[in-house]
Amino acid sequence: MMKRIRIENLTKYYGDNLVLDAIDLEVEEHEVVCLIGASGSGKSTLLRCVNKLVPYDHGRILLDDISIDDERFNTTELYKRVGIVFQAYNLFPHMNVLDNITLAPRRVHRTSRAESEARALELLDMFGMNGYAHSYPERLSGGQQQRVAIIRALATNPEVLMLDEVTAALDPELIGGVLKIIKDLKTQGMTMMIVTHEMGFARDVADRVCFLEGGRILEEGLPQKILAHPENPRTRQFLQRIIEAGRL
Amino acid sequence: MSSSPETRVPAPPARRTLSFRERYVPFLISFASVAVVFGLLARLVTSAQQWPRIKLQFFNADAIRASFPLVFRGFLTNMSVWVIALFAIAGWALMLAIFRSLSGPLLAPLKVFAILYIDLLRGIPSLLLVLLFGFGVPALQIPGLPRTGLFWGGVAMVLGYSAYAAEVYRSGMEAVHDGQRAAAKALGLSQWQTLRFAIVPQAVRNVLPALLNLAVALQKDVALLSVIGVRDAVREAQIYTARTFNYSSLIAAAMLFLAATIPMARFTDYVARKDQERRFQRTV
Repeated sequence: MMKRIRIENLTKYYGDNLVLDAIDLEVEEHEVVCLIGASGSGKSTLLRCVNKLVPYDHGRILLDDISIDDERFNTTELYKRVGIVFQAYNLFPHMNVLDNITLAPRRVHRTSRAESEARALELLDMFGMNGYAHSYPERLSGGQQQRVAIIRALATNPEVLMLDEVTAALDPELIGGVLKIIKDLKTQGMTMMIVTHEMGFARDVADRVCFLEGGRILEEGLPQKILAHPENPRTRQFLQRIIEAGRL
Repeated sequence: MSSSPETRVPAPPARRTLSFRERYVPFLISFASVAVVFGLLARLVTSAQQWPRIKLQFFNADAIRASFPLVFRGFLTNMSVWVIALFAIAGWALMLAIFRSLSGPLLAPLKVFAILYIDLLRGIPSLLLVLLFGFGVPALQIPGLPRTGLFWGGVAMVLGYSAYAAEVYRSGMEAVHDGQRAAAKALGLSQWQTLRFAIVPQAVRNVLPALLNLAVALQKDVALLSVIGVRDAVREAQIYTARTFNYSSLIAAAMLFLAATIPMARFTDYVARKDQERRFQRTV
């Protein structure tokens, strides 16, 4: 299989604080990798480095064997191929759903309005959001907003989708709809890097689970193995606490 | 779930009706007390020994009537300057605020220009700016440029107020959540597109009440143009006073300004209240 993303020796400091400590990680095409670990372990920062939302200090990140810092990747091209969805949705509150979704296709990638809107409506329909194209974000539930945010990230047909704790801000009964979309995307063969605290979901959707702590990947492997029979004592301790909190 | 909703859901509580006493007595009491207090005050003022002279000098109906046409024509000048300046300030200040928010070495000159501009123009009294531009620039006799005090006084007001309005815009831009920038960047929007589509529209909405407050202040400050000889309401009133030694024309001008500023202030309050409600709904 093809290596979509190759992260080598990725190191990042926030000031003097080491947040990513020589991370090596490869993601194959159509693979779903879940990153788990406590807050502050570097999971979100790792995602943000991959699409250059934050700069990194050492190492390199390759997308299809080309460094993301290569001239061939102007940023527009990178953001088109790697989409990200945030915990807080970050929809533009002054734009309706359709405008949120078509903004990047129209303004960044110069797709015609008709074509962008047709694609947006198709995606809304596909993810159970038809009828909301002209609603404003504040009129939607958190779960609906997050679904729109995922659709917005998909509107440019990215090859890789990164999801940063996309269900963490949602009420329990709203999580299901969002998780279902992600499962559908997996079925369609989307390559994904997912930061999540939903261990049950990670078990269902991940091809591989990585446990991060202190900016390192302490343990990685099949979800059944990592979540059920972790070898590293720190992984075991983390999962124990998750179980105590009733989330596995 | 089997029973019909009619039997399950209790009726909403009956709307409490106020009795005649509950509804009108508090209103009557406050009306009476206001009438008594202000009535006494008016009595006190009008019974003063000086009152007839004050009335003659300041509240002389004949003098007000006589001076009104000229004062009113001057007032129209004030209001036209105000309206034109508002548009100019809204545009120029937004540009300054955007310059100031730019990052990147190539754009540094614009940023430095905006910082210097705002520091300088905010630090100089409006009166001084009006004098400088209103007398100074026409005296240069630069060909091709207008030489009227009206024009250059207006320019001075625009330049000075823009420095304040730029800071208001800037605070609005900074108040837009960081997540919005991250989202815009992740979608591939350039710095300019991020401002244009994500930040500025939200910022303008955030600061509209504050900008309207500045508009109310400007509404009165346009009277500063009178010092450079623009025949606005204040100037016309002064001319009448100088001729007749009666100050009622100034009162006429004051009333015209009040007739414009009080509704404007109420409108600002209304917009601010709507804005509050909108924020409240969003957080709940």
